[in-house]
Amino acid sequence: MNRPIRNLAIACLVMFLALMINATYLQYWQAGSLTSLTKHPDNVRVADAAFDEPRGAILVDGRAIAQSIKSSDRYKFLRTYPDGAEYAHITGYFTRTLGLGGIESGENSVLTGDDPSLFVNKVIDLLGNAAPQGGNVTLTINANAQKAAFDGLRALGPRVQGAVVAIEPATGRILAMVSSPSFSPNQLAGHDFTTAKSNYDRLLADPLGPLNNRAIEQTLPPGSTFKLITAAAALSHGYTPNSMVLGGSSLKLPLTTKYLTNENHNSCGPAKITLTRALDVSCNVAFGSIGLKLGAQVLANQAAAFGFGRNDYFHDLDDQLTRLSASEFGTNVDQPGAALSAIGQLNVRATPLQMAMVAAGIANNGEVMQPYLVDEIRSSDLDVIKQIPSKVLTAHAISAAVARELTQMMVSVVQQGTATTAQIPGVQVAGKTGTAQSAPSRPPYAWFVSFAPAESAQVAVAVLIQDANVDRNQISGSGLAAPIAKAVMRAVLKK
Amino acid sequence: MSRAGRTPTTKRAPGAGPLMELVHRRRRGAELYLLVLSLVVGVGAYAAVGLGVNGQVPADLVKHGAWLAALVVAAHVTIRYKAEYADPVVLPIVSALNGLGLAMIHRIDLAPTGHPVGSNFAASQLVWMTLGVLGFITVLTSLRDHRRLQSFTYTAGLAAIVLLLLPLLPGIGKTVNGARIWIHLGPMSFQPGEIAKVLLVIAFAGYLVLHRDALALAGRRVLFVDLPRGRDLGPILAMWLVSLGILVFQNDLGSSLMFFGLFLVMLYVSTERPGWLVVGGVLFAVGAYAGYVTTAHVQARVHGWLDPFGKDSPSYQLVQAMYGMAWGGLTGRGLGQGSPQTTPISWSDFILPSLGEELGLTGVIAIILLYALLVERGLRTALICRDNFGKLVAAGLATVFALQVFVVVGGVTRLIPLTGLTTPFLSQGGSSLVANWVIVALLLRVSDAARRPPPEFSDQPADMDSTQVVMMR
Repeated sequence: MNRPIRNLAIACLVMFLALMINATYLQYWQAGSLTSLTKHPDNVRVADAAFDEPRGAILVDGRAIAQSIKSSDRYKFLRTYPDGAEYAHITGYFTRTLGLGGIESGENSVLTGDDPSLFVNKVIDLLGNAAPQGGNVTLTINANAQKAAFDGLRALGPRVQGAVVAIEPATGRILAMVSSPSFSPNQLAGHDFTTAKSNYDRLLADPLGPLNNRAIEQTLPPGSTFKLITAAAALSHGYTPNSMVLGGSSLKLPLTTKYLTNENHNSCGPAKITLTRALDVSCNVAFGSIGLKLGAQVLANQAAAFGFGRNDYFHDLDDQLTRLSASEFGTNVDQPGAALSAIGQLNVRATPLQMAMVAAGIANNGEVMQPYLVDEIRSSDLDVIKQIPSKVLTAHAISAAVARELTQMMVSVVQQGTATTAQIPGVQVAGKTGTAQSAPSRPPYAWFVSFAPAESAQVAVAVLIQDANVDRNQISGSGLAAPIAKAVMRAVLKK
Repeated sequence: MSRAGRTPTTKRAPGAGPLMELVHRRRRGAELYLLVLSLVVGVGAYAAVGLGVNGQVPADLVKHGAWLAALVVAAHVTIRYKAEYADPVVLPIVSALNGLGLAMIHRIDLAPTGHPVGSNFAASQLVWMTLGVLGFITVLTSLRDHRRLQSFTYTAGLAAIVLLLLPLLPGIGKTVNGARIWIHLGPMSFQPGEIAKVLLVIAFAGYLVLHRDALALAGRRVLFVDLPRGRDLGPILAMWLVSLGILVFQNDLGSSLMFFGLFLVMLYVSTERPGWLVVGGVLFAVGAYAGYVTTAHVQARVHGWLDPFGKDSPSYQLVQAMYGMAWGGLTGRGLGQGSPQTTPISWSDFILPSLGEELGLTGVIAIILLYALLVERGLRTALICRDNFGKLVAAGLATVFALQVFVVVGGVTRLIPLTGLTTPFLSQGGSSLVANWVIVALLLRVSDAARRPPPEFSDQPADMDSTQVVMMR
């Protein structure tokens, strides 16, 4: 019987080896991922430990918008968000069992101090026997612009559905990002976990989705603001600002019996108008006919050059609930569909961030920069460890010449077109309104995109008002959205 | 360790195999030295738990340490007088594991949450350990020759079956955590399956030692392997049905796996026919598939194993255990400084992840190595044992430990689907602890017989144990 016993011994050896290898895998190789709060937010051991350690701050213009303060209850530190709802979608939240959101999630390793870039500081802390400190994160946000955007939306009521994004055109730095309705991250980060959980459940159950970051997560028809892309495609394909295009009050759509009309069935004026005039009055007939001439593919390519179809250029706020949605032009667009798509209807969908990038690209001589939110990684002593560089998304979405022409046309829109409400004394503002039809039963969406100063722009803004609980006929890009954009631009320009 | 256990001397018994050429030394001094080390581990861990949780050594450290030492020394003295040639490494291993288990159970007792409030599992575990050591002493004192057990083959088998059926009886049977494997008699409750596994080893060994020749007859040859004859399949089919019955009626996947695996291994060892492994493997696969298809219990375990982090995954416990072990990392949080109580049943089935959290990978590997060493000593005993019944008993008992450790440790570390079994000597639980001490006593009894020098075939009468010496010329 000894041979089988020896074989049995070998089998036992294999079994015990398997146990040891598996334990090593679990406690060594897999340990990093299992103890990462961003990957496994329900690991309460890590969360408990994190509640007992000083976590780095998130800074805007040198001031903390998320910070850990000393606490004397069950845990040593309490995470607080001094500006609450204003920065909620940017800071995200730091909770024990409900996961992390926003920058708290995206920059978790820096804030805890575990990031490789903070390794040297951690070693120094350990050698000096000091408690390890988390690193700090500085954002690209301009506090004044953020406040203007938040106040602007808030003025329409706390339950208004909308979003504002402001970008520095030359760099892609995000200067403001607000989504409404918002929430208070303080209600989730408290140490009373039962209350935090019920607050969280309430936010999740809210039909308006306060946890959603409408600036990046939600795509909606951009309406007339998409005419900027149609105009860019036209200017790149032989049109000039003075080209005569179809005016009038309706356009017969090929292959159908339907007519494309203007907003409120108005007429754009004479049967032929200039391209500049068409943009001034946001003439559906004119841009529909341009769409028919250029064809869907040219429009789709132009949209893609500004970033449509992609969701890989912005990851700073990726968390368990939030992901950048790709804006879409739509596929298999037929001939009449090209006319509808050219005015931002049919299947065209865009995020406010995407529309801000369109404005920023035009403002930046046709070069579209990758938007980003994290400016610097700093040590606990606020020494700059890493400065995030700006990156180009598309070098030539349009040529510099086309960008100049389009800018002039947008200036004209603000000076004598639909967007006079966005004028700032002493500054040339370029802009475009949009009022997108979703369904006959639902109120239209009000859009406004702009940048200023027209020459050498410092800020490009997109504003979306999805539902403001106002009369249907009062909803317009110029009436609701443009004043907010104007306030944000003034905050950046200090005018 | 194994080399130190025997000393190559020149005494040779004519006609003996290579393993019988040497005479084993008693090595009781080495055992005592190792026991002191094991007590340092157990009592040291107990003190560290108090320091870690409360910042001071436990008030009852001396009492606890003295009791633990007294039990271990009692076991050691019993071996000295009743089984002086027994393997010297087994008792220290068991003592270290038991001491470590007590410390961890005490640690969970001290945890503020996640535990029945006010319970003192460590104290009751120490009582159970006392009973276990009493059982150990009783076995070694009353059973002077393991071969006497062979005459209880069918009694043991019948008793095992009765014990396995007891929990199904209304009135005394009780379902705990989904498995109907407990019986309650007044204030006492225990898992008869734990005792049954000892009886089954004896029954299997007694049965197989008689029938191994018939069972070893070759039938059809398929792919280099002689399959058994069809008419010999009766016993394995019967055992297969019993195992399936345990799974279906008691919802006890772990015991079901262990009993069938135990029988299969002993069948293979006794017949030396790999063909039985093929037959057993096929039966296992069929049974496992049938179990998976028919019982939601098994399905839940498999799903929880494949996708523990899934949204609707039923494996909260497994996930918490994995989090704990990952949180422990290489060196652990330190005794008393983790949160093992976060994992449900952290003091029993999931005690290894608790130890992994606080002692780290280092501690887990050390514990697994202790088990590996224990199994190795058991198999070595089987190897050197002179009688077939003893070989089978020792191999069977070693297999019980090996399978049980593999199934439970593999389960809680997500190597295999989770099945409920206790971790030998570590887990809180009386029946398991007592049964395992009895197993160790039986193993040492066989080991004593195996390592004891054979009767001298020499000119000179031996100066010791001379009553048994047979003069050959």
